[in-house]
Amino acid sequence: MLYEKLKFRTMGDRSLLVELGDEISPSVNQRVQELFTALDLHPVDGVRELVPSYRSLLVVYDPLNISLADLKRTIRDTYQNLDQTELPEPRTIDIPIVYGGEQGPDLDSVAQYHHITPQAVIDYHTGPTYRVYMIGFTPGYPYLGEVPDAIATPRRKTPRILVPKGSVGIAKQQTGIYSVDSPGGWQIIGWTPVNLFDPQARPPSLLMMGDRVRFQAICAQEASQWQP
Amino acid sequence: MAAIKTLEIISPGIMTTVQDKGRYGYGRFGVATSGALDSFSMRVANLLVGNREDQACLETMLLGPGIKFLTEVVIAVTGGDLQPKKNKQPIEMWRSQAFKKDDVLSFGNAISGFRAYIAVAGGIGVPRVMGSRSTNLPSGFGGHEGRTLKKEDILVCDEPRGSMIEPERFFNPEWIPQYSNKWKLRVVLGPQDDQFPDVSLDTFSEGTYTMSQDSDRTGIRLEGSEIWCKPEVEASIVSEGVIAGSIQIPGDGKPIIILGETVTGGYRKIATVISADLPLLGQIKPGDGVQFEVKSLEQAHLALQKMEDRINDFKRKIN
Repeated sequence: MLYEKLKFRTMGDRSLLVELGDEISPSVNQRVQELFTALDLHPVDGVRELVPSYRSLLVVYDPLNISLADLKRTIRDTYQNLDQTELPEPRTIDIPIVYGGEQGPDLDSVAQYHHITPQAVIDYHTGPTYRVYMIGFTPGYPYLGEVPDAIATPRRKTPRILVPKGSVGIAKQQTGIYSVDSPGGWQIIGWTPVNLFDPQARPPSLLMMGDRVRFQAICAQEASQWQP
Repeated sequence: MAAIKTLEIISPGIMTTVQDKGRYGYGRFGVATSGALDSFSMRVANLLVGNREDQACLETMLLGPGIKFLTEVVIAVTGGDLQPKKNKQPIEMWRSQAFKKDDVLSFGNAISGFRAYIAVAGGIGVPRVMGSRSTNLPSGFGGHEGRTLKKEDILVCDEPRGSMIEPERFFNPEWIPQYSNKWKLRVVLGPQDDQFPDVSLDTFSEGTYTMSQDSDRTGIRLEGSEIWCKPEVEASIVSEGVIAGSIQIPGDGKPIIILGETVTGGYRKIATVISADLPLLGQIKPGDGVQFEVKSLEQAHLALQKMEDRINDFKRKIN
């Protein structure tokens, strides 16, 4: 649910966590995106960084440049006038995935967990058009939702020390794509040849908050021939 | 500006990276700030050699590198005392030092602190990535090829501004931080202190913690009295942005102080280290004792002002 009033949480002497609601939902997340966009389009002196997430916006500021009281007032004013902020039409990005095999080592166990076939897991996973709720964890890593209940699966009990870049995972109602090699605990059901993070690119991340994503099942041979 | 081949790594040390003040404005893409962990020492090192305070330096840890200079340079070493030497003779830290072609900078053991900063006049000239020269080690970009330095790496520096040798510069000895193996870190409570019972808040502010071996540039893991959130709240929270200095309490109750390589997280944060004490996080070493002292926001901002005043006074003095 969206809070009636913004909830400010102090995160140290140079950042403010602005909480908009108490749940993961498209409406709360859209509101975060609107506040983020408004503050980004009309930069506030002394604000160094904005990090939007599921239901909150982290505002990093220079306390010697702007007082916390002024910052809060500016954010409140911006929030009250959000109706003037128009979000761009969401982009829809198609991402091809090779499901199962060596690059999707948890596909079978996810299927067993739900007493369905691996093919059914693939069908469920490619069904929805997902919302990019946030980018975080590693550079370019998208948190996507919602995964159908029929395949929503808890994280692995023991995280892997190395999950290869491109691995596609499930954690409860979330699905995501490992954007760089990293440790990770999500259930890995597939792999994509698409590069999600390029430090030299502008912007460096393929996906941004508010984008829509569709998955398509491809075979390993198609993946090897895949061209960006 | 012309780039000059300035130095060659002849031994890499345990972990030597290129770092500047960090990468800002890309948190929305999941990109952490990285940057010098002890930014105070990094800024002073730069100013000592006539650089802007935010230019790229080398950050090294515990056992420093061996560096052969390929041209005449002015350098400064600040931060933890890792016993810097010029051609095997000890040199003073927090002071500009002239090195000639083929002179070698090396280090002994860490006598106090954990990380040292080596600034070279002109600044380390690696390419900027997203506006910063800092190395992002977990994701492998920035700095020198996105990695720690190794033997035979050659680094370029930009041509220094102004005169190279004159005047000799040193940092006010009274302002040189003193590092021990027992630390009092000042914190402000939040953002989720309301979700811990009083008994946990007391444990946090009264207990003594020990930095675990299992720590790195991502976070300082602490051993000691465990901290539990209120029984009615779930173990994890919805992922949200975090900053360096955030003290998160994972399911095992052992605090982790986040450093500069993390941008979001799903654990509750009981408190946050104040900006003026962030540089100390780069100097705590495994086995050191850590206590937390709760301060008000006003006190935190005053402490930050005091630190910035020192930097500004020093800038005035040398200009």
